[in-house]
Amino acid sequence: MTNQPTTSIARGAKTSALLVRFLGSMNLAITLLVALSIAAIIGTVLQQNQPYTDYVIKFGPFWFELFQQLGLYDVYSSGWFLFILFFLVVSTSTCIYRNAPNMLREMREYRENSTLETLKNYPNTYSWSLNSTHVEVLDVTQKLFQHNGYSARIKEGDGHTLVSGMKGAGSRLGYVLTHLAIVLVCIGGLIDGNAILKARELLGQITTETRNLPADEVPGISRLGVENMSFRGSVSIPESRESDVLFINYKDGYLVQELPFSVEVKDFRIEHYLSGQPKSFESDLVIHDDRLAEPLQQTISVNYPLIYDGYSIYQASFSDGGSELELLAWPLSGSGTAQKKLETKVGDDLQLNLFNESWVLETSNFRLFNINPSDDPSKKFKNAGPSVQFKMRDKTGEAKEFLNYMVPVEREGQLYYLSGVRSSPAEEFKYLYVPVDDAGGIDRFMNYLHALNDKTLLMDLAAKQNVTGSSLPSQDSAKFNEAMVRLVGVFLKSGMNGVIEQVGKNVPTDKREDVTKLYVRVIQQMLGAVYLDVLAKEGVDVSLGVDEKKAAFFDAASAAISSIDRYGSPVYFQLTSFVHHQASGLQIAKAPGKNLVYPGCAMLILGVFLMFYAPQKRMWAWFETTEDGIKLLLSGHAVRDNMDFSAEYQQLQAQFGRILSP
Amino acid sequence: MNSTQTALQFEIDKQSFWKGLTPFDWVWSIVVMLGTAYAYVMYQDLMDVYEKGILVSTGVGLVFLGWSWKAMRGLSIAVFLLSILGISRYVNGLSDADTDFFLRFLVSGQSAVMWMSALYVLATVTYFIAFFGRSDFAGKVASAMTWSATTMGLVGLMVRWRESYLIGIDVGHIPVSNLYEVFILFSIITALLYLFYERRYQTRALGGFVLLIISAAVAFLLWYMFDRQADEIQPLVPALKSYWMKIHVPANFVGYGAFALAAMVGTAFLVRATADERGSNGIATALPDLDVLDDLMYKSIALGFAFFTLATILGALWAAEAWGGYWSWDPKETWALIVWLNYAAWLHMRLTKGWRGKPMAAWAIIGLFVTLFAFLGVNMFLSGLHSYGEL
Repeated sequence: MTNQPTTSIARGAKTSALLVRFLGSMNLAITLLVALSIAAIIGTVLQQNQPYTDYVIKFGPFWFELFQQLGLYDVYSSGWFLFILFFLVVSTSTCIYRNAPNMLREMREYRENSTLETLKNYPNTYSWSLNSTHVEVLDVTQKLFQHNGYSARIKEGDGHTLVSGMKGAGSRLGYVLTHLAIVLVCIGGLIDGNAILKARELLGQITTETRNLPADEVPGISRLGVENMSFRGSVSIPESRESDVLFINYKDGYLVQELPFSVEVKDFRIEHYLSGQPKSFESDLVIHDDRLAEPLQQTISVNYPLIYDGYSIYQASFSDGGSELELLAWPLSGSGTAQKKLETKVGDDLQLNLFNESWVLETSNFRLFNINPSDDPSKKFKNAGPSVQFKMRDKTGEAKEFLNYMVPVEREGQLYYLSGVRSSPAEEFKYLYVPVDDAGGIDRFMNYLHALNDKTLLMDLAAKQNVTGSSLPSQDSAKFNEAMVRLVGVFLKSGMNGVIEQVGKNVPTDKREDVTKLYVRVIQQMLGAVYLDVLAKEGVDVSLGVDEKKAAFFDAASAAISSIDRYGSPVYFQLTSFVHHQASGLQIAKAPGKNLVYPGCAMLILGVFLMFYAPQKRMWAWFETTEDGIKLLLSGHAVRDNMDFSAEYQQLQAQFGRILSP
Repeated sequence: MNSTQTALQFEIDKQSFWKGLTPFDWVWSIVVMLGTAYAYVMYQDLMDVYEKGILVSTGVGLVFLGWSWKAMRGLSIAVFLLSILGISRYVNGLSDADTDFFLRFLVSGQSAVMWMSALYVLATVTYFIAFFGRSDFAGKVASAMTWSATTMGLVGLMVRWRESYLIGIDVGHIPVSNLYEVFILFSIITALLYLFYERRYQTRALGGFVLLIISAAVAFLLWYMFDRQADEIQPLVPALKSYWMKIHVPANFVGYGAFALAAMVGTAFLVRATADERGSNGIATALPDLDVLDDLMYKSIALGFAFFTLATILGALWAAEAWGGYWSWDPKETWALIVWLNYAAWLHMRLTKGWRGKPMAAWAIIGLFVTLFAFLGVNMFLSGLHSYGEL
């Protein structure tokens, strides 16, 4: 009975010793390094922190759920990843605890108590019988050791002298420094990572907000106060506006982080190289803080953040800050309807009642410059000028997205206004090319389009045409004219392809080619007649035909009209003027962990270089006076770097041999 | 002074670094210091205090480099003269590259790189001829070709640097900003590391193996150049306009170069070990002994690891300024960590567990593939902040 406590203590001691041995073991360390690598690979293969809906689309509901449970959408802050990291810290700490005292002792230890037996057993050993005096040998040994960089201790033993030399003690320090550095970097990293956020979420103190709300309406449960010591969030601030909060993307939503000051963006600038690529992004910031006597002004740019009160403020991105736009809405169907002027702002939804239909115009972006790859071989890029991006949503809620350019672009000598359209963000834009008239406007195209929609005009013009010759009786001629007008209608509705398709449906195979040829000719003739009429009404003299430029316009306009059905919008919006307002995307971070990480990094670099380039080496010279003179034994030992050390030893040995004659 | 003392003094003097310097070494140091002083006096108004510090330490560093590795003197002087030739031939702007004889055929950034490419490939072939034919002469020729290729590569970078300023004063930048430029850097650094050890270990048998990886880099470079016109100089994106680039990128490529060298030595190790196991007396015995190869492999991984650590930390410090955090788990960062962990494990196994032999050689080769993925694969397959070298 009396023995029991002792044994349990012994057992306890034994268990803890075992635990320390396990935690400090190299096998565990290697296992953890490998586990960390694999975890890290997973995080790079699966794109992290994307919107959850993207993952659902990608993996389907089953795998989405499983992957979410495993924390694969944010590997680096998942519980299991932090657990590996934590274990690595524990394991490395245990290593330091077990080995550092020994290492530090080795640094100072000269091994002056080495026995002759030990020295003889080192692979680098040589002995001489010398005809010198004790004083001489001691002197030579000391000087040669010193000259070769070894600091030495002399110990007079029982009838012998042992000079123990050592250099490269730094490698031992290197071991301690590198391993301590890992611990520091990991702890600092954990502080700056979102481990704390995660813990608070688990405790129910915070939940993410997933609704699209203004910052001041986000409830307290999704807000982080100014006392939060470590975070990284972002905020987009329009020019001459300010913000005292930022947003932290977290899981499938966001959190609002409050700041003890507010940041105003006075101005945001993009500079460009001559070739058109962006050269710099800059924001003029003003910090408003009650603790400041006057607001702090500072310009930041990429690579040059502002550090204020422990908060680092970075230039991260930019976007539109609510540019004011003026648009002209041109109807693409019907005739005689005039264009309408509209005003809107980027980010606004505008209710429209246009041309007998109601729409919502959702303006999402305005860009002052569009730097695109150039087809001109002498220039890699060209500026396509300002553009506006918007959605047209109809009553059923369906929307098409448009991208319209303000300035015409040139293609094969003809200038065009470009308007891209797509039904979903996954698609590429398909473009409508609206040709520019002699006056640099869109009016002639629209007049031409509207004239084509004018049935009375078409009938008039058809009557003047003489397609089949004048031999037909007037009744047949009227029928034929109607057919011609109908054909133009088909062309307007579904383009030249629609006409050909209709031929395919209604005409027997053997006659198709002839009929198609006829139809195309009829349409060409009608279009030409309408175009001439439009020109005549403009006041252009067309009695001698049209010049090359006007002919090219006719081809371009007809081609554009042929593709209107694919464009899919009853309106064409022309961007006529704008007032540009930008918003600067700032990233604001507080990372107190860097006070551990940065010193850790310095220690790591120093430690690694010390370990590799100052390996610890030892030399011993053992000598004793005998009847035959002096017996000298030179031994050397190094922990690693054996080939270099052997060479070094041999050099020293040769020096001894040459100086001290036997 | 008795004879022992005299002998001691003699030995000490003989080994003394300073007393071992020849008059030639002193000429070298004077030339370099004069050059440094000239640059300082001429351009001091254009430099801030850091740049002045860098200039002076470069001068001092070059003196010591030339003292401790004599061949560097010849290389430096050749690079200097050819670069000056290249730079001075540009009189009317970049169009001179098409009209001036020297630029067109020798020292424009582009021509010099072509010379480098051709010479590295020729050197690879010649090293193998020397290896299989056991020809000492061919070995010397191969070494000379490698030195020449390295010279032309450095000249190419120097002249390219100048060319970038000829495009526009705001466009000019150090040529380490895209895949094309860093591939040249990689070839040069790997070659220099190899040449250092070639002299140190007095063997040319490894030349073909190491130059093989450089030839692969050259093949990529040529494809990238002809297929993608990657040799065109582009202005820097705002995120790259930072002093950190000048140290982060070269430090990284010392790491990559050393890892590549280690892997190729590992290949030679496997060849030699397999031959030894079979008891063959064949050509493989021309390779250095296994313990020499093992030692060289360890040394280059240690060097690579040290510089890779430095480079990754420099990258983290830069990231803190450019991206708002020293670590973002960006794919490039993460893969750098994976590379680092991999070699950390390798070094632990060798140093504390004492692993040697074929498994370590094989691991060094696998390490190169991991490194290659971090270097290229990430740009090709993963998207992230660090996408400056798109393929």
